Amino acid sequence: MCRIGAIKSSNYVHPSLALKLMESQQKGHDNSGFAMVMHDLGGIFENYKHLPTLSMACTDEGLKLAEDMMHEAGFQRVMQWVPETDPQPGLDIHAMPNYVFETFDYPRYFRNGEQKEKEELLLDMRLKLRKALEEDEQGFVYSFWPDVVTLKEIGDPKDIGTYFKLWTPDDKFTARVITAQCRQNTNYDIVRYAAHPFFMQGYTALANGENTFYLKNVAAQRKLHRGYIGFESDSQCFLYTLHYVHRELRWPLRYYKHVVTPLPFADIERREDKEQWLALRQSLAHLEINGPNTIIGVLPDFTMFTCCDAKKLRPVVIGRTDDTVVISSEVCGINDILPDRDWETDIYPHEREIVAIDNDLEVQRWRQ
Amino acid sequence: METVRVQSVTPNDMPWKIKYDASRCTLCGSCVSACSFRAIECKVERRRMVFSEGEIPDPQQRFSSVPVIRQVKDIQHYCRGCGICEKVCPNDAIAPERNQDTRHPIISRCLGGDSIKRGGRKNLESSVRTLDKLRIGRISQMTDPSLDAQRHTFDMLAPFGRILPAETLPFSVDSNENLQIEDNMPPVRWIYPVVIGDMSIGALSWRMWEAVAMAVAYLNEECGMPVRMCSGEGGVPVRLLKSKYLKYMILQIASGHFGWNRIAKAMPHMVEDPAGILIKIGQGAKPGDGGLLQAGKVADHIQAIRGVPKADLLSPPNHQGLYSIEESVQKMFLSFNAAFKFRVPVAIKVAASSTSVSVFNNLVRDPYNIVGGFFLDGIDGGTGAAHEVSLDHTGHPIVSKLRDCYQAATAQGRQGQIPLWAAGGLGKTGDLAADAFKMMCLGANGVFTGKLILQMAGCVGNDMGRCNACNTGLCPVGITTQEPALVHRLDVDRVAQNIVNYFLAMDTEFKKLMAPIGNSSLPVGRSDALISTDRAVADRLDIQYVC
Repeated sequence: MCRIGAIKSSNYVHPSLALKLMESQQKGHDNSGFAMVMHDLGGIFENYKHLPTLSMACTDEGLKLAEDMMHEAGFQRVMQWVPETDPQPGLDIHAMPNYVFETFDYPRYFRNGEQKEKEELLLDMRLKLRKALEEDEQGFVYSFWPDVVTLKEIGDPKDIGTYFKLWTPDDKFTARVITAQCRQNTNYDIVRYAAHPFFMQGYTALANGENTFYLKNVAAQRKLHRGYIGFESDSQCFLYTLHYVHRELRWPLRYYKHVVTPLPFADIERREDKEQWLALRQSLAHLEINGPNTIIGVLPDFTMFTCCDAKKLRPVVIGRTDDTVVISSEVCGINDILPDRDWETDIYPHEREIVAIDNDLEVQRWRQ
Repeated sequence: METVRVQSVTPNDMPWKIKYDASRCTLCGSCVSACSFRAIECKVERRRMVFSEGEIPDPQQRFSSVPVIRQVKDIQHYCRGCGICEKVCPNDAIAPERNQDTRHPIISRCLGGDSIKRGGRKNLESSVRTLDKLRIGRISQMTDPSLDAQRHTFDMLAPFGRILPAETLPFSVDSNENLQIEDNMPPVRWIYPVVIGDMSIGALSWRMWEAVAMAVAYLNEECGMPVRMCSGEGGVPVRLLKSKYLKYMILQIASGHFGWNRIAKAMPHMVEDPAGILIKIGQGAKPGDGGLLQAGKVADHIQAIRGVPKADLLSPPNHQGLYSIEESVQKMFLSFNAAFKFRVPVAIKVAASSTSVSVFNNLVRDPYNIVGGFFLDGIDGGTGAAHEVSLDHTGHPIVSKLRDCYQAATAQGRQGQIPLWAAGGLGKTGDLAADAFKMMCLGANGVFTGKLILQMAGCVGNDMGRCNACNTGLCPVGITTQEPALVHRLDVDRVAQNIVNYFLAMDTEFKKLMAPIGNSSLPVGRSDALISTDRAVADRLDIQYVC
């Protein structure tokens, strides 16, 4: 089983906080990996918020191939950050030779382009790189997006932290939003792409649980968007549905909850807006999820949210202080990083609500 | 000594022989009067008894006349094996016995010069049904827990109506971030995933049809189960058309258009819309064949409802004037949608065929969004009357074809846009919940069933040639006949009660199947929940092979 955590703060925070958040929850997962997505970056990335950063892990050949492709596509590198590593003997990590965080300027003919065009270009570029590097596992391309970096690796989260020197806070590698998870998806093959959080065009999703409508979701999503690929984990479906509902259909966030866990028909009947409810339930029946799960998500505007399956079969808790909100599978993680908070204000979301935290850290609870 | 006349018909030429024990018979006559086929008769036999009374043999003879029951030696009145004689006999003195040596298929053609007709169903060649080779093998446990069939709530409804892809929904977002509907959408009804399939007044006795309608009303009004019933081709009593219960009826139109005159005339007086319209193009049990209601069954009330004289009523095998799928979309669907001002979903029923996917593809791609359901009927279902050659030698099984249609929709990203409803031998073993559930996992939104409903009512027919005389109008249990004496054998209330109880039981069984796979809504397309120990079946249906 997974444990998931997410931090949203008005200050820039270091990933060591995310590692600490997950540390006390380690009995709930198998310590088989560590993955995190950081949004709203500080430190060395703070001045490049408007430019896309490529996050990938690759071999030397893969790096060359990717850089050649980026160059050919007209992207110009403006910044590169290679994390310092500490490859001590005995660490449980299946490290790739290179971890690349490179920030690029857009191709010249795109610089004055529409935002939407740029966003499609970034997706296409990531998909192209991913495909090119797939052969012989030359590399894994996790994200290519402004103000976002992603790190995923196989091994013991503690050792991965040590390897990347993430246990020691600094002000170079920080963000206002960090989502993290400490397990490779072991239901299927151990592949780096199967580790959540999953990212696409500004959206991040991670989940604790199972999606028993995986097959239905996959069959529907494959045809919905060119970017809905991979499906190495049943939790990827949560991200793609979020992306589809919020970005493609442009429906407000709370409709995501309505799509994945629609109200029972008996409840819909009692509502004034039942026509809308029925229409979206029937049109998106194949994106409904079933099975036990808790989802945490981040939107392109850095709104963070969480919701659960319709039977509340997985835990989640939200703890907060004036400057930080933390979502976590277990409260012990929050106790570790926000020990002085007023725990009476902790929120345990129920099965019919979606809880969202905006950039002022205001918490909104929408009930279905 | 009598002359041997080998061409004469005798009971050993018949499919059933009457086994009669004169020593137990009280000669009450119940069996003869109860036999609707007149396959047995009273007769007086001349008997000779030879006896000797003294110590020395002194043969004497005595003749007597003994009343007995005897099988009629007439191809018009052959025994169908229904067993009503046995049911009514107080002494177990009489019963039909299957005759392995029957010459019926040959002699009835030779003597009649006409094709053999019968009711009932097709007997598929395989002894084990495909559905019985499937099991629900994906059991939720541990991190993905099973649900509790008793405690949890389940959402068991299926759509009937055209469903728009989400990106074409006419939604806008208002200032409160609520979705608002800006335009009309095709009507969709969410109904119980088992529709009582199309059996007409005419095919069914009026009491049987009424019993089904009563059961449907009870299930809706008292049990909260939105079960719908399809009228079949042949109209609906005007009183029902004008009542609130019309909302539980799916009105059928088929190639004969029987009954639609009355329906059209009743439209201004309708207080409720019907649940839907089902345009019947074909039927699985006798594909490519039209309907046939023999004059004998066209009783007064049938004449009134259909507006026809007492004559053989033939529904042509195809809809006159339809030359292409596109045309059918434009003409029929549009006109029926328009007739009810686009408030009532209109669906199509076709016989499963090698070409079903092409038909389905054409409909699913129609730009008008007005085809509200694809009812696909396989070979193994029942029929009131058909030529035996059609029943035995034409048709297409439902399981793989339904799967093909679902996969065709999925390949185009159009699954669910035209709901798939499947039928054809479902519930044949008496266990409709399991069959329906497996069909849903393969991609059906719901199923429809007809023959099983008759069996709930007391139909004695079976797949091994028992009874199957629906075409004769002499149904011995009053289900498919218009003979008042036979119809009154049917207890309307008991039939309705049986149907209601069966649906309640089935509903519980659905939950018992949904709980272990951890689903609270119907598992449409969840083929990952199915396994098969038959490699060919697993490969064909694209499910997991297990051994």
